[in-house]
Amino acid sequence: MEQVIANGLYLGAQYALIALGLTLIFALMNVLNFAHGQMYVLGGFVTYVIYGQLGLPFVVALIASAITLAAVGALIEIYLFRPVIRKSHREESTMLLAAAIAFFLDAVILLLFGEKQRGVPKILDGVLNWDFRIIMPYDRIAIGVLAILIIAAFILYMQYSKTGRAMRALAQDRVAAQLMGVQVDRYSMIGFAIGAMLAGVVGGLLVTITGVNSGIGGPISIKAFMMVMIGGAGVVSGAIAGGFILGMAESVGLTVFSGYGDVTYLIIFASLMVFLAIRPQGLMGKPWG
Amino acid sequence: MGIEHNSNGGSKAKPAGSSLAATSLKIVGALLFAAFVLIVVPMLINGAERWDLYYTLTSVALLSIASAGVWLTFYIGRINIGQAAYALIGGYVSAILVVDYGVSFWWTLPLAGLTCAAISIFVGLPILRLRGVYFAMVTLVFTEVAKMAALALPITHGASGIANIPLPGALEIFGLTLIPDFNTLENSRYAFYILSVTLMLLCYFMMYRLVNSRMGRLCYSLQQNEELASSIGVNITYLRLVAYAISSFLGGIGGAIFAAISQSVYPSSFAVADSINFMLNCFLGGLGYVLGPMLGTFVLYFGWDWLFQTGKYQLLIFSSVLIALMLILPNGLLSIRLWGKKS
Repeated sequence: MEQVIANGLYLGAQYALIALGLTLIFALMNVLNFAHGQMYVLGGFVTYVIYGQLGLPFVVALIASAITLAAVGALIEIYLFRPVIRKSHREESTMLLAAAIAFFLDAVILLLFGEKQRGVPKILDGVLNWDFRIIMPYDRIAIGVLAILIIAAFILYMQYSKTGRAMRALAQDRVAAQLMGVQVDRYSMIGFAIGAMLAGVVGGLLVTITGVNSGIGGPISIKAFMMVMIGGAGVVSGAIAGGFILGMAESVGLTVFSGYGDVTYLIIFASLMVFLAIRPQGLMGKPWG
Repeated sequence: MGIEHNSNGGSKAKPAGSSLAATSLKIVGALLFAAFVLIVVPMLINGAERWDLYYTLTSVALLSIASAGVWLTFYIGRINIGQAAYALIGGYVSAILVVDYGVSFWWTLPLAGLTCAAISIFVGLPILRLRGVYFAMVTLVFTEVAKMAALALPITHGASGIANIPLPGALEIFGLTLIPDFNTLENSRYAFYILSVTLMLLCYFMMYRLVNSRMGRLCYSLQQNEELASSIGVNITYLRLVAYAISSFLGGIGGAIFAAISQSVYPSSFAVADSINFMLNCFLGGLGYVLGPMLGTFVLYFGWDWLFQTGKYQLLIFSSVLIALMLILPNGLLSIRLWGKKS
């Protein structure tokens, strides 16, 4: 039992971090970032190259992942999303763009890093064994704690920094924020960069445990969508709640239904649809986004 | 009234005289196109002996039928990323009935569509209340649900899928053979081509009529403002259910024929990527035009096929072109109007 909860918390912390980036981008620009999973994979590969192949310290690799993805996110916002949003008749067009970017990143990742599953050396050795009730490797604990610290830092940044306040204003009401003198373009760009950066950081964190391969971008995106839907799109607290709920559900489901094969996800998906039928905006979302 | 049928579902009143001329022009154009795809294209293929093109074009026709369904949900203002689920259900309904129960393919085809429509009403009743990204994400999840259900349920034969589906038999009414048994034909690909293209023409004709009918106008009002439409007495719940059911019906039909052609169906036959492709087809052709999904499917499918020769750069070039198209023509291919008709 304790083991299941510990696994759930660990998974949840990772998931929440992924969902945070997605929900931030959605809140600021009303864009559903299909490429989020690919950004995660890219972050994982940057860490793999710097930490696994070049042998530099893990922290350096993680920061490099963050910076790379922030740059990629900023460029994508400036040169792709901004012109398309300006010119298109229907806002759904951004979804095509996002899907095309997802394909593009997939192709780039495949060309640069190949299709093999890649792993890196453990960052910490040893296993925590608490009376055989919780058995967890130290590196998982470290990654989980790091993820929670980053989430906390993100929340503080959004609450207390000037940039964070500007972005929250944008998410609340774009036009009003603009009238109050918030530079909409600039903060959209920063928001997109931070969202992409978070995806990259999780990629970098998780590569040390699960490894990374070029094909997992799509499934990660779908998981991120689910978390955002559980919690409510565009709400930071919702993304965190969604991440932990999904992590817990997965951990419990895999234990309880281990005898029935791969039904955990079927049950999670089906109950999500029932849940959304009752509460369309998720746990904490605003109705109709 | 003064509102005339205008091309491609755009709403603009025009003088009656020119509209009549435009209508007859359109009829002639449609007939020419039908003759072209049903007679000229097979002749060209036979002449060039490129039999593989039959299969490619059949796929395009079937995918564009499913895409037309997605387009209709776009028309009522919903982003539908769940069409692959219905294609999969349609494929399975047809395959199970043909293989396990020995029903004739020609009966399973409408049944597949109707099953999908029935399921879509059941699913759509709650989820059609959602809008925007919420609806998009739920339908995306639904695609996964369908795939996993296909893996888990006993009736679908799980991961091994259903292989060895027999080719469609003869369709006879009162002893009169309407469609010959596909097994007796020397070229079943040609038969499938004619079947799919005929259905595609029919589907787009119906879609055009639908969009330009009273119901089409009402659907358009949903796209623009649901509350307003509701406030002046439009039954929005009913309309979006009907539109979604038609959309799913088309998905089921497309999937059923696909299963018959490939003579197999697996849980992975239609996945999330297909759902996204259906959506891309609509976007690429243009969301404001009935014929958009047909053109979009054609360009996307052939573009992808043609890029096969670039080997490992296929996806890179393909996605770059998509992004470039988005930047240049964010409103779809059909938004280039060479003859300067601005909507």
